[in-house]
Amino acid sequence: MPELSFVVAQCLSGLTASMFLFLIASGLSLIFGVLRVLNFAHGTFYMLGAYSAYQVVQWLGTGPVSFWVAALGAALGVAILGGLVERFLFRHLYGKEELYQLLFTYSLVLILGDVAKILWGTQQKSVGRPPGLTGSFSLLGITVPHYNLFILLLAPAIALGFWFILQRTRAGRFIRAAALDRETLGALGVNVSALYTGVFVVASFLGGLGGALITPMRAVVPGMDTDVIVDAFVVVVIGGLGSFWGTFLGALIYGQVLSFGILFFPRFSIFAIFALMATVLVIRPWGLLGRPLK
Amino acid sequence: MRRVPWGLLIVIAAFFVPSLGSRFYTFLANDVAIWALFATSLNLLVGYTGLVSFGHAAYFGIGAYTTGILMKKLGVPFLLAFPAAGLVAGLFAVFFGFFCVRLTRIYFAMLTLAFAQIVWAICFKWNELTGGEQGMPEIPYPDFGWVEKAAAVLPFLGGYRTSEYFYFTCLILIAVALWVLRRIVASPFGRMLTTIRENPERAEFIGVNVRRYELAAFTLAGLFAGLAGGLFGIFNRGVFPDFAYWTKSSEVLIMTLLGGMGTFVGPSVGALVLIWLNQQIVSYTEYWPLVLGTILVLLLFVFPGGLAGAAQSLVRAMQRKRGPARA
Amino acid sequence: MLDVRGVVKSFGGFLAVGGVSFTVAPGSIGAIIGPNGAGKTTLFNLITGHLRPDAGQVMFKGRDVTGIAPHDLCRLGMGRSFQRTNIFPRLTVFENVQAAYVSHRGRGWNLFHPVARLYQEETEAILRAVGLLDHAREESGFLSHGGQKQLELGIALALEPEILLLDEPTAGMSASETRESIALIERLARERRLTLLFTEHDMEVVFSISQRITVLHQGKVIADGPPAEVRRDPEVRRVYLGEKHA
Repeated sequence: MPELSFVVAQCLSGLTASMFLFLIASGLSLIFGVLRVLNFAHGTFYMLGAYSAYQVVQWLGTGPVSFWVAALGAALGVAILGGLVERFLFRHLYGKEELYQLLFTYSLVLILGDVAKILWGTQQKSVGRPPGLTGSFSLLGITVPHYNLFILLLAPAIALGFWFILQRTRAGRFIRAAALDRETLGALGVNVSALYTGVFVVASFLGGLGGALITPMRAVVPGMDTDVIVDAFVVVVIGGLGSFWGTFLGALIYGQVLSFGILFFPRFSIFAIFALMATVLVIRPWGLLGRPLK
Repeated sequence: MRRVPWGLLIVIAAFFVPSLGSRFYTFLANDVAIWALFATSLNLLVGYTGLVSFGHAAYFGIGAYTTGILMKKLGVPFLLAFPAAGLVAGLFAVFFGFFCVRLTRIYFAMLTLAFAQIVWAICFKWNELTGGEQGMPEIPYPDFGWVEKAAAVLPFLGGYRTSEYFYFTCLILIAVALWVLRRIVASPFGRMLTTIRENPERAEFIGVNVRRYELAAFTLAGLFAGLAGGLFGIFNRGVFPDFAYWTKSSEVLIMTLLGGMGTFVGPSVGALVLIWLNQQIVSYTEYWPLVLGTILVLLLFVFPGGLAGAAQSLVRAMQRKRGPARA
Repeated sequence: MLDVRGVVKSFGGFLAVGGVSFTVAPGSIGAIIGPNGAGKTTLFNLITGHLRPDAGQVMFKGRDVTGIAPHDLCRLGMGRSFQRTNIFPRLTVFENVQAAYVSHRGRGWNLFHPVARLYQEETEAILRAVGLLDHAREESGFLSHGGQKQLELGIALALEPEILLLDEPTAGMSASETRESIALIERLARERRLTLLFTEHDMEVVFSISQRITVLHQGKVIADGPPAEVRRDPEVRRVYLGEKHA
């Protein structure tokens, strides 16, 4: 029976992983909820956010705010890219077969993945932790970096913020309405195409932000896009495609299953994740907190 | 243009590739043949039944590992190991498929993906059985000793390298498999599948038990993909977990789309074009994904019917210009 | 032939069909009418197995077929056409009808015989009967609306049904097309000794060929009998005339 401190350490690392995945997967879930498309390129936006943050940090040096500027800038840049892609390319595929839309997002994975390689090469990059968050503290005998704690607090804060926007603002109401019945919404005079672009922008922002914020903790390397997108799929499937809190729950479950899986059944932790995803789909396809599609 | 047996001619022509002298051409042709079978098996699901699977590579991988394990670890002869690949893959397909066909559209796709990743995870981690992350290198070629003996009587059989004998074996087996698939697609069963693709609700109401047919299509597709995988493991001189990874599923999906999902030969054409193009591009630049992605975008926006589809429209347009020939 | 007993169906809080009962005699022509939203299509869906009733029974040829799968019901002899044209768009007109034969005659699991000329005579006979023989090799998605409706009928007939349920068979047709279509349907029903049950908005059509009319309003039967009787029924007049003036 492992020591308490070890268990706590695994729990915390699982939570941290969950929070990052939540940031990324929430964007995926948002796009699916409103546009009914599974955006394979979302992982690529995450990766581009990471690379862009790295790049900005390179330019600005290691001053007190450079990391934050980089993170925000990267997220904004990715958001704009997402908006342009939706507005000028993806829009023309609405109404065509779903397969074409899915394959288009996959083509972005191919294209943008190589663009990243062209711009930044294949060597892994890393970004130091921002000043002010370089320390760590001790909890039950294990060291917890301040940055991890920051993420553990920031991600739920962002979650609450977006949830608030969805529930309380007009734009949020439109988004929720579009997820339920876009035809009626269009008939009511709402500019649905602008709404779609907006959703894409917001979702890409979240994905890019996730990528930017993860740079102090993980190496920025080609292939991080295809790895993370499958994880994000698992999260939104378990939690419920299109459900906001479902994504949060799914991320939590994923993180804990993975970290404890590694603890007790190290060889089968990956298997466990996908087995969980398959089980949810077989028993309750719309996920734990999702709703059956019309 | 009518009753010429193009398929047979192409197969016969393919037998002469090694005579061109370069081992590389034989290698490419072998690659194309195997992927043609793999892509055509997927098309049975996607193009004919309308079921979009994102996890078809699972059966490819299962077939490869089955043959690899049987031949390398258990010394089973190819004559048994090859059909076993199809059988085992088919069994997995019927099991996974049972759950998948109860779902629709995006959930179906996600579950096929989940099952494929499960297969990948097992192959990746079960070191004792599958060699784990390192895979299983050096899968033996089938025993071609008997050919040398036969060459005494039939001299044209002699004088080839082992890899070339394997290539001929692949050609024969794949040609037969494709012929069988062609028959299936042109059969009443195949017609029922297209009704499901076109309108599942209406298909129900002409007496088609949609779920049962979808499961049958899923199983057949998995079986033939397994056969392709069994050949590929030997051809590739090694079996590796990434055979089942989701990106391989997307490769074969793109191939099918490129060639044209609406025709039988489309996927084979897609395999030929994609592999040839890959070879050409890779010699100039390492950014093949960029090229592939761009081609994919062009396909989706300009030629959704793929190459075969575009060719068909061209032929039809020419026929219309000539005027109605017969009723 | 068909005996519907007290079927009930609600969606969420909305009671679409609230206890409907009626019978259809063999060889007869019956109609279900009612204003929009009266529950006609839902009722059809309940009978043909597309929906499961919350309560009640559907008896077909003396057998309880409540909620059995559409593909099984089809084999028992029930044919149906749909309100919104429901054909196989990228198959040719010929292939549409042929597919119904292949399925109905039980050849659907044959994996090796070429299907191209299977049941050619029977299929062409049906196409001739519904007037689509000239379009046999065309993609059915390109047919006119009226043509697609005729094809719907052809597909249903190819199932060699004993009862034919037609959901708004003349929807979207011009007056002349409607007359032709109804004449065709009536003639085919007589020739093949079919029992017919259809829903319609066009009152002229309904009253001209039906032998029995069932009137639905808000999910309940308000009248059920021969046309003359229904025409005189005060409740029916209130619902229809009242609606007009509302």
